[in-house]
Order: sequence, then C-alpha cells, then structure tokens
Amino acid sequence: MTMEAERNPAPAPPRPDRPPRRQIPGLGAFRQTGRLFALAAAVTRAVFKRPFQLREFIEQFWFIASVTILPAALVSIPFGAVIALQVGSLTQQLGAQSFTGGASVLAVIQQASPLIVALLIAGAGGSAICADLGSRTIREELDAMEVMGVSPVQRLVVPRVLATMFVAVLLNGMVSVVGTLGGYFFNVILQGGTPGAYLSSFSALAQLPDLYVSEIKALIFGFIAGIVAAYRGLNPRGGPKGVGDAVNQSVVITFLLLFFVNMVLTGIYLQIVPPKGG
Amino acid sequence: MGIEVVVEGLTKSFGKQNIWQDVTLTLPAGEVSVMLGPSGTGKTVFLKSLIGLLKPERGRVLINGVDMVSSPERDIYETRKLFGLMFQDGALFGSMSLFDNIAFPLREHTRKKESEIRRIVMERVDMVGLLGAEEKLPGEISGGMRKRAGLARALVLDPQIILCDEPDSGLDPVRTAFISQLLIDLNAQIDATMLIVTHNLDIAATVPDNMGMLFRRNLVTFGPREVLLTSEEPVVAQFLSGRREGPIGMSEEKDAATLAKEQLNSAPSTAGSPPRRIVPQLEPSPGLPARQAVLRRKLRVMGMLDELPPAARRAVENGMAPAQEATP
Repeated sequence: MTMEAERNPAPAPPRPDRPPRRQIPGLGAFRQTGRLFALAAAVTRAVFKRPFQLREFIEQFWFIASVTILPAALVSIPFGAVIALQVGSLTQQLGAQSFTGGASVLAVIQQASPLIVALLIAGAGGSAICADLGSRTIREELDAMEVMGVSPVQRLVVPRVLATMFVAVLLNGMVSVVGTLGGYFFNVILQGGTPGAYLSSFSALAQLPDLYVSEIKALIFGFIAGIVAAYRGLNPRGGPKGVGDAVNQSVVITFLLLFFVNMVLTGIYLQIVPPKGG
Repeated sequence: MGIEVVVEGLTKSFGKQNIWQDVTLTLPAGEVSVMLGPSGTGKTVFLKSLIGLLKPERGRVLINGVDMVSSPERDIYETRKLFGLMFQDGALFGSMSLFDNIAFPLREHTRKKESEIRRIVMERVDMVGLLGAEEKLPGEISGGMRKRAGLARALVLDPQIILCDEPDSGLDPVRTAFISQLLIDLNAQIDATMLIVTHNLDIAATVPDNMGMLFRRNLVTFGPREVLLTSEEPVVAQFLSGRREGPIGMSEEKDAATLAKEQLNSAPSTAGSPPRRIVPQLEPSPGLPARQAVLRRKLRVMGMLDELPPAARRAVENGMAPAQEATP
C-alpha cells in the first residue's frame, strides 16, 4: 500500500535525464540517434574490458541460437525455392536457362541469406533481449547493478551483442547452404534443369568475395540488431506497457536500419569488387 | 569508520517540474541520519542522486573527494563500491535465487572462494532472518522478505555508507521495530554512515542521530534529532504528529484558503495539543560494542549548542545530563 501510495503521485518518469530545453521538432529523433550511437561506442569499448562475461555470453548465444535455427531453416527452403522458380522462369523466357543456378545462388547468398538471418535475429532474439532488459530496467534491477558498481553495459549488453553477432554469422552459413540446396532441388527436380548446368553456372558467376560479403553483412546486421534491442530495452518509457512498446519499436527500428544498411553495403560491394562473369 | 557525505546546493528537476532545489547538508561520518518527508517529495530521488544514479542539474555530492554528480564515470563506479543501497522493493535479480542475489557483489568484486562466499552470505541471511529461504526465487517470497534480502545484499561488502529507501514500507510494526534495531546494531558493528529515507514516525523517533525533512521542493531543516523533534515549524510539527491540520495536504500542499478555514475551525485544539515527548534513542543489542558515533556526535553537538534553538538546546542538555555532570 505504502509503495503504491508513494509511487502514484510521484510523476517522475523513468527516463529523467531530459534537460528542460525548448522542444524543436525533430530534435528528439536526433537525440535518440545520438544516444544509440553513444551506446554502440560504449559497447565497442566495453568488449575489450576485463573481466569478460563468458558465462553470460554462452547462455545468450545458446538462447539466441536455439530460438532462431529452426525458423531460419524453415524460412530459407521456400525462399531459395521462390528465387529459383522466379529466376528459372525468367531465364527460360530469355533462353539463358543454363545460368539459373548462378543467378539464384548469388541472390540467395548475397541478399536473401543475410536478410533472413537479420530478420530472425531481430524478431526472435532481439525482441527477447529487449523485453528482458526492459523488464529488468523497470524493476530497478539495472539500477541495483549500477549501485553495486557493476556496469550493466559490460555485464549484460556486451555478451548479448556479441552473441547476436556470432549467431548471425553462423546462422548465415547455414541459411546459405539450406537456401542453395532448396534452390537446387526446385530447379533440378521441378523445372527440369540439369545438375551439371546448375553447378557450372554457379562456379562461373559466383566467387569467394560473395561469401565474404555475405558473412560481413550478417556480422554487421547482428551488431545492429543487438545494439538496437539493448538500447530500447535500457530506455523503456514508463511501466510494463512501455516495455511492450519498446520491444515493438526495437523490431521496427532494426528492420528499417537493416534494409538501409543492406542497400549501402550492396552498393559499396558492387563498386569495389569486380564481377566474375564479365 | 564511515565516510562523511557532503551535499552542496543540489537541485533536481524532471523536465519542467522541479523536485527540490538547493539542498545543502552534511551526513556526519558514522552517524545515522533520517530524511523525512511526505509521499512524493522526492526522497527516493534524493537517495538516487547521492549515489549518482540520477544527475541533478546543479550542486555537488562529495564523497572522499569524488563528486557523484559530475566526476568521471570511472571514479563514480569505484566510489559506489563503498555504498550499500537498499531499494524500496528490494530490486533483487528476478532470475537468481536469494543466495545468488546476495552473493552477487562478492562474486563481482572479490576473488573469494565459493566456501568463503557461502559463509559470508549465510551470515547475512541469518542477520536479516531469512534462513531457510535462501534457495527461493524473489518471485516466490513476500514483499517484506524481498526487502530484507535487499538489505542483506546491500550489506554483504561491508559498505561504509548505507542508504535505506523506506525500510519499513510493506512491513508490519513488529518487523519494523526489528529492522530499526537491526540498523542500530549494524551501525554499532561496522560504524557506517547511514541515511534512512522514510515516513515512519517510529523509525524517525528512535533510530537517527540526525534528522532532516524535505517539503515543498526544499530541505526544511537538517540537524541533530533534537532540533527536528522539538521544532515548532508547522510542517514538521504536523508531520511528526500525523495530524490533518497544517500545511501538508492530500496533494503535497494545501492552498491558502483551505489553510485559513482550517485554522479558524481548529484553533483551540491545536493550541491545546501537548508538547511532543522525545523518545530515547535505541541502544545496540546487549553483547554488541557501543556505537562509536554516539561519542563523536556528542562532541559535535556540544560544539554547536549555541546555534541551536532554545527548545532543542534544552532537549540536548536533558538527553546528555550525565555528560553535563562530568564536564565541570
């Protein structure tokens, strides 16, 4: 009772460090962006700080992997198939059916795979991270941690961000393989393509940098998903409803950032790596 | 011995709303202080500002030369290891058992062996009366138990400054009395500087060496307990007697019209109210060492005796009658 009575009249918002400034429209967005980058910088610095929270990292890694592996595999089979069918029908009309393999594989490895991974990491792993950190924040657990002289960024955020990054990289490998196999299966069995043409066009068009860029993308997307989830989780606005909103926002923000960053990375890649089949 | 906490001109606002301003006080080293105040006057905010969780806009909080408001983050983290903070509802880690919760600071900050950790933790668990519950999760125990577990966790690193946020809320009168005794015993054992934020009158009357009160965005007063307990300040008098008549209303403060009407109606009853009696302070349990703070405080208060209001001076002299005989 006392606690309720104490809490209700106190109009203190849980994010109290907003300075009393005049509100210029759009300023809030810049401030949030700045804080997001500040957290990213703090996390990057804290990665190299001892002691490393190995136990927390392994637990988080295992958790994120366990919630993403199966959905990722199940999504990547139809996705590879769709690309194979679509590209197959297009190349058939153009009379370049022998190149189906290379084209669909490139699309899967370079674009589809990192994005599938990122969406799943953000949707399944990131939302869980955000909800976990958010509920801990409103229960004052993180305050308690700080009071005990333990930095929540180093203790909780760093292991989670590292876990999302590594899971993303490994998952990306798996999705590439499963997606490629799915594409192969649909092209060869359903569209009557020949295994030989599929494989030879693959090795004619694809090169190792395609795989590298795919993994680099996955690494960056994992980092973004982890940071955004942690940022929204550390700053929920008021009560359990605020945590729900924060989870929602973290997923939406991550998606927006991912597609934008993906465009930039693809643009850079196409500029600096010469295409093999030229 | 505990560490002195010096607060200078602290001002805190949330957005446009000012919580309190220009709070200046010194928590004397090793002594027990209580901060009173009606609900919603920012007592918890004050505690969190002392430890650097919230950043006031102006002022300083000096501990060992570190300013908890504006020093580098690294110094603040180091200084926080001197603190034990008991949160209002315990703030235990929901995913850990009580044992792991209480062991957390030890595992983070010391290189003690697990057997050593177990010994210290069980000692603290026993101290707050939670033996047998140490394997439970925070969600499985009552609010009062969570509070006591929070206290045990705050104590596990032998802090030099202990801050308690409403140690009584959610506890029955008997448990509150036990907590009061526990806090005094603690002070006798480890001689830490303590600040208790509360609106419980029993704790306020029996536990502290020093008392302060926050009201209407200001620190009404802070000083030796006698000053507040004998104060004629309307706010303090109303609060300590728990009356409805006075400047404190249901929503923070009454407007002038209500106050005037009230004075008209109840003038005879307030005039005839008996003077408040000063209850003697709690002593440590038998078998524990005497509190070193008592002697230090006596010297300090005697030194400032001339500055105290007459009623407080009389109360101090009455309370220290044996000392008075010894000095001439």
